Amino acid sequence: MAVLVLADHKDGAVTQPTRSTVAAAGKLGEVHVLVAGEGAAAAAAAAAKLPGVAKVLTAEGGPVLAEPLAALLVALAPGYSHLLAPASAAGKNVMPRAAALLDVQVISDIAGVVDADTFVRPIYAGNAMATVKSADAKKVITVRAASFDPVPAEGGSAPVEAAPAAADPGLSTFLGAEIVKSERPELTAARIVISGGRAMGSAENFAIIEKVADKLGAAVGASRAAVDAGYAPNDMQVGQTGKIVAPDLYIAVGISGAIQHLAGMKDSKVIVAINKDEEAPIFQVADYGLVADLFKAVPELEAELSK
Amino acid sequence: MKVLVPVKRVVDYNVKVRVKADGTGVETANVKMSMNPFDEIAVEEAVRLKEKGVASEIVAVSAGPSAAQEQIRTALAMGADRGILVEHDGVLEPLAVAKILKAIVAKEGPQLVILGKQAIDDDMNATGQMLAALLGWGQGTFASKVEKDGESLKVTREVDGGLETVSLKLPAIVTTDLRLNEPRYASLPNIMKARKKPIETVKPADLGVDVTPRLTVLKVEEPPKRQAGKKVASVQELVEKLRTEAKVI
Ligand SMILES: Cc1cc2nc3c(=O)[nH]c(=O)nc-3n(C[C@H](O)[C@H](O)[C@H](O)COP(=O)(O)OP(=O)(O)OC[C@H]3O[C@@H](n4cnc5c(N)ncnc54)[C@H](O)[C@@H]3O)c2cc1C
Ligand SMILES: Nc1ncnc2c1ncn2[C@@H]1O[C@H](COP(=O)(O)O)[C@@H](O)[C@H]1O
Repeated sequence: MAVLVLADHKDGAVTQPTRSTVAAAGKLGEVHVLVAGEGAAAAAAAAAKLPGVAKVLTAEGGPVLAEPLAALLVALAPGYSHLLAPASAAGKNVMPRAAALLDVQVISDIAGVVDADTFVRPIYAGNAMATVKSADAKKVITVRAASFDPVPAEGGSAPVEAAPAAADPGLSTFLGAEIVKSERPELTAARIVISGGRAMGSAENFAIIEKVADKLGAAVGASRAAVDAGYAPNDMQVGQTGKIVAPDLYIAVGISGAIQHLAGMKDSKVIVAINKDEEAPIFQVADYGLVADLFKAVPELEAELSK
Repeated sequence: MKVLVPVKRVVDYNVKVRVKADGTGVETANVKMSMNPFDEIAVEEAVRLKEKGVASEIVAVSAGPSAAQEQIRTALAMGADRGILVEHDGVLEPLAVAKILKAIVAKEGPQLVILGKQAIDDDMNATGQMLAALLGWGQGTFASKVEKDGESLKVTREVDGGLETVSLKLPAIVTTDLRLNEPRYASLPNIMKARKKPIETVKPADLGVDVTPRLTVLKVEEPPKRQAGKKVASVQELVEKLRTEAKVI
């Protein structure tokens, strides 16, 4: 039986975490992709180009709400052995709902596929990895994108079909969104991430990090303390309960290294920490540690990168 | 309206858990247990709704061992009115918890259930969405703001890229994100008062719920350990190392 991937998409393209999810799905069977919501038709054309995708289903519509989307997934479910989505805010919102409607225990945030029934997933903020075997007839899964290399964006040419219409149960309505516009790469897709912590002191001070980010073509992240203090938007939070990232290079600036933060970045290839406290736990996971005042070191870093 | 708040007993967030040598799970004997931090936020939100006159009664529910009474007591000390313990030793997956909660909802008839977005032990982030599905209610997950708006509920949600606002028909499900509020500490007089508040105990079987797990844990392992690297003396040295040694810039 084929497997179905629910895509996240933006501006007529599927996201990189979706391409990672397609890679994970490829280990389970023939991959079909469902693209739903506003701009679905354009994104479906992009999904059709992903290598390994055999069919794309589109459900063009307004902003995606969990209730009708879960109903659509349930309507499609009989044709699939596995339903997968990236473990993004969107995927985590809808997949457990669809799973419950199917009387299936969702398997959240998988970091490995052992076989069709068996998956590896982090528990306790990634301090342990559990291998779990599902007894459910159908598997409903969210995928930790950082753990699977994405399939390329080009190379395939799958047919695109309209998905059957599913009734909207009318339980919720979309009122609006405030989406942060940024020219920088997405946190979960960037090759380099530079994050600031509580020590940044203000939203204005984040500018020194942004300057370095622009030099490196990096995404900007933040610790929870920085987000809570209003120095950075919630969307930038890296950690157990924020975004999980695994870039080639992660630079932690003025971040102590609490387990909840490490949970979101410790699989990065190279970690740099800049902290004025040489005892800060972040240094225990850093490949390169610089004990320094960030207000001196970060501008210096920008200058050095310009050379 | 009546508000139901499910609270889970979990290993305290400050504890760095250790994987058991035999690979069957993590060490939970003699470690500090607490209410799941997201559930404290849920209780706080319910108490604030009561203080605003929106909520009339708050019922805290926990499914787990008899010791989960401690977490119910904490919720009562924060301002919940009464508790229900669904006593069960052994694994309870989100689907099973959602079925238990559905049965409790049928008995209690709340207009709103506020759950944490994620339990910090299983990191499933599922129970609220599953309960919403089983009840056929709307869901406002990862909430950073909740407002009653006539017969509906306006929920601001933390999503990829920023914030989104949805309107939910009541009754509804909300799950809390970190920035919804800052939970209060229970005062000593309130802790004393909480001792007199009632906690009812039931079993999953009394509710007619089958809690058999669907997932079998085959093994639990430590994640690969990272080695601490080296300290660099200057920004120049750092950039040099990143260029020539790590080759990442
Ligand atoms: C349920 C739960 C979930 C959580 N989820 C997350 C999550 O997803 N992500 C997350 O990040 N956190 C999360 N946390 C919070 C986490 O426990 C920490 O509180 C948080 O990560 C601390 O942020 P910080 O390192 O910026 O701040 P702090 O711990 O205050 O560290 C600041 C650091 O800056 C250094 N510093 C100060 N001044 C300077 C200077 N001038 N130059 C250089 N260095 C300086 C200090 O030495 C210190 O190490 C969560 C907590 C809970 C309870
Ligand atoms: N055993 C339980 N008892 C009470 N509430 C629970 C239990 N398990 C999960 N919950 C609720 O569901 C939320 C999400 O948990 P989870 O889906 O396991 O990540 C928690 O924050 C609690 O509000």
